[in-house]
Amino acid sequence: MTLHAIDLSVSRGGVAVLEGLNFSLSPGTALVLRGPNGSGKTTLLRTVAGLQPPLAGRVEGGGEEIAYAAHADGLKAMLSVSENLSFWASVFGTGDIVAALRAFDLEALSDRLAGTLSAGQKRRLGLARLMVTGRAIWVLDEPTVSLDAASVELFAAAVRTHLGQGGSALIATHIDLGLDTELLDVTPFRAVWRASDPDEAFL
Amino acid sequence: MIALLTRDLRLGVRAGGGFGLGLAFFLIVTVLVPFSIGPESALLARIAPGILWLGALLACLLSLDRILALDWEDGSLDLLATAPLPMEGIVSIKALAHWITTGLPLVLVAPALGVLLNLPGPGYLWVTASLLLGTPALSVIGTFGAALTVGIKRGGLLLSLLVLPLYVPTLIFGAEVARRGAAGLEVVTPLTMLAGITFGVIALLPFASAAVLRINLR
Repeated sequence: MTLHAIDLSVSRGGVAVLEGLNFSLSPGTALVLRGPNGSGKTTLLRTVAGLQPPLAGRVEGGGEEIAYAAHADGLKAMLSVSENLSFWASVFGTGDIVAALRAFDLEALSDRLAGTLSAGQKRRLGLARLMVTGRAIWVLDEPTVSLDAASVELFAAAVRTHLGQGGSALIATHIDLGLDTELLDVTPFRAVWRASDPDEAFL
Repeated sequence: MIALLTRDLRLGVRAGGGFGLGLAFFLIVTVLVPFSIGPESALLARIAPGILWLGALLACLLSLDRILALDWEDGSLDLLATAPLPMEGIVSIKALAHWITTGLPLVLVAPALGVLLNLPGPGYLWVTASLLLGTPALSVIGTFGAALTVGIKRGGLLLSLLVLPLYVPTLIFGAEVARRGAAGLEVVTPLTMLAGITFGVIALLPFASAAVLRINLR
């Protein structure tokens, strides 16, 4: 399924941050978002994932096909690695967590409590969650934070496999994943601040 | 949905889950009341239903901010919102998990604590029955309050202030059932009012909770 953003404007806290974005993401491709801190990448991803409504324009073709991964991994410290993953697998109605554990080299840690993992291991578990969602469009916000070089390679391999299976990925990242991706720099789309509609801030 | 319920119950009973918190608070309140009131068994018997209800309500209030705040802090609420579960279902399951880990234990220990307060014989049945019928409403209303305050750091105070007035009808009718039951009077009217409140909030409030949660997640 192809994801389209049509004339999309997104806002954070009632203030427009990006305007007039147009892009599409077809199966088997990945799109990497670039832009300085605070340029609105996270806001754009949250809008695409459906967590907040767009200020203007629309997103088509996403909906129930999107697997979203944020800065926070959504792990429960008092559940083990495999319990965390099994929970998301059953929420998304898929059963198999073994492939996901293997892809992110978590098999040896599967009985450890998630609270005792290192930051990089937690991130790997958070990314392994994407594989058990069984969804086609991955929307990832800085997925490689706190990963070492070997883990970044694992992640890139997982994305490559996902794309090979007809999936697609929208990734905000600053490092080169070694993937054949298109780049979208959001800087030219930054919204011009204007104090036009005072009521906007109270909505 | 079942997976979310089992996860919440598992988290509730594991270390740091807050399972014993409400129970311990309820125990402390009912143990301390006879000491502060004095050893007048007639007076104790008269106030026992009300004390049991008040203790259960405050114990319930104590653990409300855990319903959604923990999931919000570690990011799982965002991920749940993008999962194929309706938001109304998520908040209903959260309320149910809260009731099983907090409300139900209070109902079960209430008869035992009634002994400490010299609760009259027929009161045991009606205190337990009214708590069983009333505590689900406390969890559902509490989940609504938790949804309203989910993004706020240390929102516990605001949550209590918002939720307390909404708890008043349940407290009035629940305690009235217990009081009339203990005095051997007819209980049908307050019991049906209590049941009406409980079933009403179970049917309606999840929609309100889901709506405010969607806004708070933006």
